[in-house]
Amino acid sequence: MENILEIKDLTIQYRADNRIVEAVNQLNLTLGKGESLGLVGETGAGKTTTALGIMGLIPDPPGIVTGGEIIFEGEDLLKQNKKRMRSIRGKKISMIFQDPMTSLNPVMTVGSQIAESIRIHERCSKAEAATKATEMLELVGIPGERYGEYPHQFSGGMKQRVVIAIALSCNPELLLADEPTTALDVTIQAQVLDLIVKLKKEKQTSMILITHDLGIVAEVCDKVAIMYAGEIVEYGSLEQIYNHTCHPYTKGLFGSIPDLDSHVKRLSPIPGLMPDPADLPAGCSFCPRCTCACERCESENPQMIEVETGHFVKCFQIGKEEEHV
Amino acid sequence: MQKAHAETGKTVKTGFWRDAWHRLCKNKGAMLGLFLLLALILCALFAGVLAPYPYDLQDYSHTFEGPSALHLLGTDNFGRDILSRIIYGARISLLVGFSSIITAIIVGGLLGAISGFYGGRVDNALMRAMDILMSIPGMLMAISLAAAMGPGLANMVIAIAIADIPGYARVVRSSVLTIKDQEYIEAAQCIGASDSRIILRHIIPNCIAPIIVQATLGMAGAILSASSLSFLGLGIQPPTPEWGSMLSAARQYIMNYPHMCIFPGVAIMITIFALNMLGDGLRDALDPRLKN
Amino acid sequence: MSELLRVEGLKKYFKTPKGQLHAVDGVSFSIEKGKTLGVVGESGCGKSTLGRCIIHLLDTTDGKIFFEGKDITNIRKEDLKESRKDMQMIFQDPFSSINPRMTVKSIIMEPMVIHNMYGGDKAKQEEKVLEIMDTVGLARRLADSYPHELDGGRRQRIGIARALALEPKFIVCDEPVSALDVSIQAQILNLMQDLQEERGLTYIFITHDMSVVKHISDDICVMYLGTLVEKCPADKLFEKQFHPYTEALLSAIPVAKVGARRERILLKGEITSPINPEPGCRFAPRCLRAKPECFRKQPELKELEPEHFVACHLY
Repeated sequence: MENILEIKDLTIQYRADNRIVEAVNQLNLTLGKGESLGLVGETGAGKTTTALGIMGLIPDPPGIVTGGEIIFEGEDLLKQNKKRMRSIRGKKISMIFQDPMTSLNPVMTVGSQIAESIRIHERCSKAEAATKATEMLELVGIPGERYGEYPHQFSGGMKQRVVIAIALSCNPELLLADEPTTALDVTIQAQVLDLIVKLKKEKQTSMILITHDLGIVAEVCDKVAIMYAGEIVEYGSLEQIYNHTCHPYTKGLFGSIPDLDSHVKRLSPIPGLMPDPADLPAGCSFCPRCTCACERCESENPQMIEVETGHFVKCFQIGKEEEHV
Repeated sequence: MQKAHAETGKTVKTGFWRDAWHRLCKNKGAMLGLFLLLALILCALFAGVLAPYPYDLQDYSHTFEGPSALHLLGTDNFGRDILSRIIYGARISLLVGFSSIITAIIVGGLLGAISGFYGGRVDNALMRAMDILMSIPGMLMAISLAAAMGPGLANMVIAIAIADIPGYARVVRSSVLTIKDQEYIEAAQCIGASDSRIILRHIIPNCIAPIIVQATLGMAGAILSASSLSFLGLGIQPPTPEWGSMLSAARQYIMNYPHMCIFPGVAIMITIFALNMLGDGLRDALDPRLKN
Repeated sequence: MSELLRVEGLKKYFKTPKGQLHAVDGVSFSIEKGKTLGVVGESGCGKSTLGRCIIHLLDTTDGKIFFEGKDITNIRKEDLKESRKDMQMIFQDPFSSINPRMTVKSIIMEPMVIHNMYGGDKAKQEEKVLEIMDTVGLARRLADSYPHELDGGRRQRIGIARALALEPKFIVCDEPVSALDVSIQAQILNLMQDLQEERGLTYIFITHDMSVVKHISDDICVMYLGTLVEKCPADKLFEKQFHPYTEALLSAIPVAKVGARRERILLKGEITSPINPEPGCRFAPRCLRAKPECFRKQPELKELEPEHFVACHLY
């Protein structure tokens, strides 16, 4: 399959008060055309920073991309100038943010907000943009008559639909969805997820879905990358990650979720806390919380190894036990 | 970011105020303001030692003199030493500034806290009264009060304080309203804390930051008002020196002897500048969003 | 087993400029000692209001609350302070539920000071604080830290410690883990279960997360727009649901398994306004199986199977 996005050794740092916070650390990632990748991790793992890095929206200062390449359709996004990035953003890559309440402008009608994003990237008249915006509204399941209404007249789920309409208005090649349903109720979340899956299929958009919810990933994504402390610790297809879980952190994540189908008396959480991103352990960053860490883990940072075709794990213990799975 | 310290065991003891102080120390403008203010306060306290002459010593052989070795900032129309008068004047100006602001904070803060905490009718009645006060320009209010009560230090303080009360009431009320909605207030109710305990232990410590900021900025205003009132002859009566009244007296000689105007003016300017710098710095230092 | 808390026809209305907001509208249930009652529902269903009415953070509009057989609905102020010792609450937001200006120790000690426990002996209270910190898994060295130095999980432990300080029998937990990361969430859930076993605590566990509620509860109440639509033992609810809303709610949960996707029932539209609600079933406008009757009369809670109560006209 052709790769639409390739991230190589991406490193992003935040600098504040003489402290260097490694938000994203030597991150490698590839995404095929039409694929959807679930980027899973806890608060502070660097998921959103990665997405902002792809969009070229890292707030500077304090953020700096210190190294790596982000190759999108053959060109390195990190080498593009501001003007070129602006034309890529929204047109080729667009992003859905977590909070639908704050990502819409309260004093503009929803229709004109969609039309605006169309007019920025496509040469068309106001009337054409308006027609297209109405179509987009209907596509996301909002009646076209609501074109002239303001965001406060919409509920949370409806607002998120509008945000999706804006993101998809220019038929982007790549969609970055940052926790798109976290702020919504479960039944509404189900509606929005269904919509995202449906549109993605129709438009053949590639997608990176950022979430902390392994359930959502299971329903929406083909590939999964598990992030911990700015690094990808396990990467593979949905089936590989869920059924042949290798990395201790990933196992810990699964053990932390109460299961709906079976009854477990106690959960098996990961002990301890995420390390301070400004003061990462010398070896494997998961080592202090890992139950099967050895001396080598403390001093040396493991490399990614391929345990089966397309399934990568960043852990010394896996190589040791060979066919651990 | 402090999380990390707790995690690795080297817990750094940082209280809210200590943090704020560290942030304030980093702000050069605020430190300059603080330094100037402290210098002014020392001047006022030790006026008797610092001033080369008594403030009311008249020397008719040396009237309207410009700056010289004998009189560093010159003399006024009665031959009084301007430097000495400015140093003594700091007493009145700072006293008026501090006392009117403290009065305004106590009265305004209390009204605001009651208004915000109890809400409903109490809130409505109090806030409408404050609105009425607010709708009259502060200076005009102070002038009319001072005129009605007659000139004098105490009346001037009261007049300025009353004009400032609505501002503090509003600030305190709005922060009480925000804090009242925090879950820790509910938690305090849950463990059986009384209203007074909630107000004193949980609400006031959390809304003190905006009050301090408003107070530093407000004090500059109060000193200015005091000067204006004295300038209009409604404040301190001669021969007691006060920067505003010195300006007022110098007004008629401004063409020929500008130094009489300039030096008290500069004194006012420096004070206000110092307070504003400090106030700005405090505002930043006390804002938890700007942490680290 | 003896009953600890009983709620009968509890109603809480709020006055709004647009009319009466029926936040909780006639909810009845009871909890036995040492058990956990899960209350689930989506935002705006009145689950938090229900918890706050029980704990007397809000006055009730109508209905009765019995605690250990005593009617505590309109308890006098002096008695309320006494009854606070028995009933405590754990809050949702670990960031806003503790006073940022107080140290960990003073936060946990405050309830003891207010209630003059251990004869007001400060040293004894302090010792007790450290003991509680051990219980909830807070290192003793954090006693003099301020909340902003700690992460969400630790802050939530402080909230739990504060609730435990008065040695209550009953705790209302309002979404205690929803603001936390999954791995921390599991730590806190385990802690709460351990505490329940050790101290025989009774919980009302309010949440929107179905998998969490299933894990921790003995019984589950499903709420929709201020009304109780279904109530039954936790395991049963996930095997068989009667109410169309419960069915849709359960089908909407994303499951962390490959190919585990269930047949999803997508509801029409969104939650309707709780202000001056129409007569009839609250869920009728979104219900896929609504009958004309559903729009006329509010259904009563009926026991369809032993211990399984449903409020729906379909049965």
